[in-house]
Amino acid sequence: MGSNGIKDQVAIVGMGCTNFGEHWDKSVDDMLIDASQEAYASAGIDQDDIDAYWFGTYGSGVSGLTLSSALKIDYKPVTRVENMCATGSEAFRNACYAVASGAYDTVMAIGVEKLKDNGMSGLVGGNIPDDGTLSDLTAPAMFSLLAPAYADKYGVDETEMKDVLTRIAWKNHYNGARNPRAQFRKEVGKDAICNAPLIAGQLGIFDCSGVSDGSAAAIICRAEDAHKYTDNPLYVKALSFTAGPAAGPIDPDYDYTTFHEVSRCADDAYKQAGIENPRAEIAMAEVHDCFTPTELVLMEDLGFAERGLGWKEVMAGTYDLDGELPINPDGGLKSFGHPIGASGLRMLFECWLQLRKEAPEDRQIKSVTEGGKTMGMTHNLGGAPGECVSFVSIVGSELG
Amino acid sequence: MRGIVGYGAYVPYNRLQRSAITDALGAGGGRGTRAVAGYDEDATSMAVEAGRNLMRSIDVVPDSVYFATATPPYLDKTNANVIHAALDLPSHVFAGDVAGSPRSVNAALRSALEGQRPTLVAAADVRSGRPSSSDEANLGDAAVAWLIGSGDDGPVIAEWIGGASCTAEFLDRWRLPEWNYSRVWEERFGEHVYLPLVTEAATAAFKESGLEPDDIDVAIVTGLHARAVRGAAKAAGVDATKLADDLTATVGNTGSSHAGLILASVLDNAQPGQTIMVIHLADGCDVGFYKTTDAITGYEASNPVAAQIEAGNDSLDYNKFLTWRGFLDREPPRRPDPVGPAAPPSYRSEQWKYAFFGSRDRSTGAVHLPPQRVSVKGGAVDDMELVPMADVQATVATFTIDRLAYSLSPPTIAVVIDFDGGGRFNCQLADAEDVKIGDRVQMTFRRMMTAGGVHNYFWKAKPLTA
Repeated sequence: MGSNGIKDQVAIVGMGCTNFGEHWDKSVDDMLIDASQEAYASAGIDQDDIDAYWFGTYGSGVSGLTLSSALKIDYKPVTRVENMCATGSEAFRNACYAVASGAYDTVMAIGVEKLKDNGMSGLVGGNIPDDGTLSDLTAPAMFSLLAPAYADKYGVDETEMKDVLTRIAWKNHYNGARNPRAQFRKEVGKDAICNAPLIAGQLGIFDCSGVSDGSAAAIICRAEDAHKYTDNPLYVKALSFTAGPAAGPIDPDYDYTTFHEVSRCADDAYKQAGIENPRAEIAMAEVHDCFTPTELVLMEDLGFAERGLGWKEVMAGTYDLDGELPINPDGGLKSFGHPIGASGLRMLFECWLQLRKEAPEDRQIKSVTEGGKTMGMTHNLGGAPGECVSFVSIVGSELG
Repeated sequence: MRGIVGYGAYVPYNRLQRSAITDALGAGGGRGTRAVAGYDEDATSMAVEAGRNLMRSIDVVPDSVYFATATPPYLDKTNANVIHAALDLPSHVFAGDVAGSPRSVNAALRSALEGQRPTLVAAADVRSGRPSSSDEANLGDAAVAWLIGSGDDGPVIAEWIGGASCTAEFLDRWRLPEWNYSRVWEERFGEHVYLPLVTEAATAAFKESGLEPDDIDVAIVTGLHARAVRGAAKAAGVDATKLADDLTATVGNTGSSHAGLILASVLDNAQPGQTIMVIHLADGCDVGFYKTTDAITGYEASNPVAAQIEAGNDSLDYNKFLTWRGFLDREPPRRPDPVGPAAPPSYRSEQWKYAFFGSRDRSTGAVHLPPQRVSVKGGAVDDMELVPMADVQATVATFTIDRLAYSLSPPTIAVVIDFDGGGRFNCQLADAEDVKIGDRVQMTFRRMMTAGGVHNYFWKAKPLTA
């Protein structure tokens, strides 16, 4: 019994990622076609070279037919995947396992979400019939619960806390301003962030990720076949996923300053990848910054800061684009919005660019070009504090 | 001996200053305040709160529940069943509505007093009036509940001595089911009809009971016809100095529950051996006498009326009041319309949804809200006992203010609360303007929202002070 991982058994050899934004002129099919065509071209293959598909969408379609009918897939297996906000990453994870198992030679993981067609503010969940007793908090409200709990536990006063959250949003917008695929491509001043209208708790509009449409795709094959497609493959070092008892809302021992699912998930991923000091060994991480307090808490859960000190690291610039460990160098959910099925693969796309030194010059991180680091992380969580699913992947440009 | 074994009252937290009406409209209003049901309250939810106050003070399982209201949240579906469920009464207990006019409460009470078995009678109205009308300013929202029984059911604190009634068909006040407001005929006409009925009923009641007007220690006179009520004591031959505070300055006239609310406030301060006369003008006149017993001194009312009046918050904005009543059609947030609860899951979770029972793991003691089959501590399966949590106090662990959520009264305050003795729950905080970690809260039964014509009743937290 054990989580053994598939380190260095499979490789990413091509990727595609649409621009993220309000695509009033593009349908789900359009975005799937755009992302997949870019991925095929990136790997130098045709659609017929793909043996199987893992297709992630939270609610922009059902079943494999959503993908196969759009792409006119020639009677191949298409698995539709949903795991809340980790949906895109979950498509990637299962696609990797299919290749590692030997069942298929070359597969595609693809995710899509069309959020802007429903005309609503924020994300909209499904309607499973219930007894009317479930919490009806919106997503920003659920994640805003972290802020007062964290501040109370670690003695951060309300103004300092607001500054910390503001700096996270400021940093991610700074990065996104340097990314032509981002939804929001402008830097936003700290005063504008801090003084924006409140949405939930301490969170203003700039503490929340945007709402956008987008799609991203990855082509995966066995590691030994990778160089047939590219000189610069990314090797999968770790894939970890956790779903827990969702105890937070019912267990007084949960204190709303951590995601147990994430820390357990990260521990498993580091073990799979053989990483002992993640802050030192990883070049960059794309983390699930759905709301600014989420990113703060993630720094501690992922082992990038000591417990209770994450806020100081944020203020010190540790996670800036030119910092010790760049977090969300592509601008994160903050700049990209969160088309749920696509986000995990969009994060992987930034690793694809950065670790292969193909990011635009004003965004290319020095931990890779000068520091010689070769590994990147993507992380998603779905759900709410105390009751979430978590995904961590580690990919690297070198074997071993 | 038959009479009142227990009582409980509920006055909602919010008050509207009558001057706020005048300030906004340049008309209507007046002095003092009226009680206002929260946007998340209705006659049924308030009756549940009154019933909870009642049941905390006695140890009786009623044989029947009668719910009297002129503002029933449902037609066709029995509203009393919600009270029955929220008070976790056994299935063999009958529950029925006596709904329509404010006189219905006397039908329920009369039936209970003349019956043999312990009976819970609840009454509640949410009273509205057209903006700037007398009804808008002078009526109010409240609930009351009694346990009517005999000595076998527990000590009778106020014995039913008897009474008499008169009935006449005349057009005083009326409202069609789809109307939000009542209409009334010219005031002087109603007075002309009512006062002889009061004299007739009082005369008959004195004769029937063998009491004399001088025997009366406290007189309660009420009815929605204010002018006739003002003349009723004299018409009944009762000295005006005997009149109890009618609570209209602070609460307003609460219709179906009003006589009971005043009676509750009188009983809160009553001595043994006091004779109380109740004169209720409603499509006729009902007169009754109660005499307090020695047991009144041992009766501890949960939330006395005066304390509830004192705890009220009179800062309610008039525009908010109109919004809560549905009289201002406000722009909703750009969010999906709320979806009502589904019937089968609500049925399956009755003890959770309505009575707020959790489950306690027998091996670890961990309390689970909602009840779970698998323990969050240790994973034991099906080793749980149901535990009532509605009267357990809790402490705020963390909180937020949700400005995006769909609400008739945004923003929504949400809290994560930890119950004394174990158990955590994530819910809305009612009757509060702010919140901080460590605040102490209690549970309150509310109507969360209505969708598809289905009222979603469930529980919120509220400050201990509210």
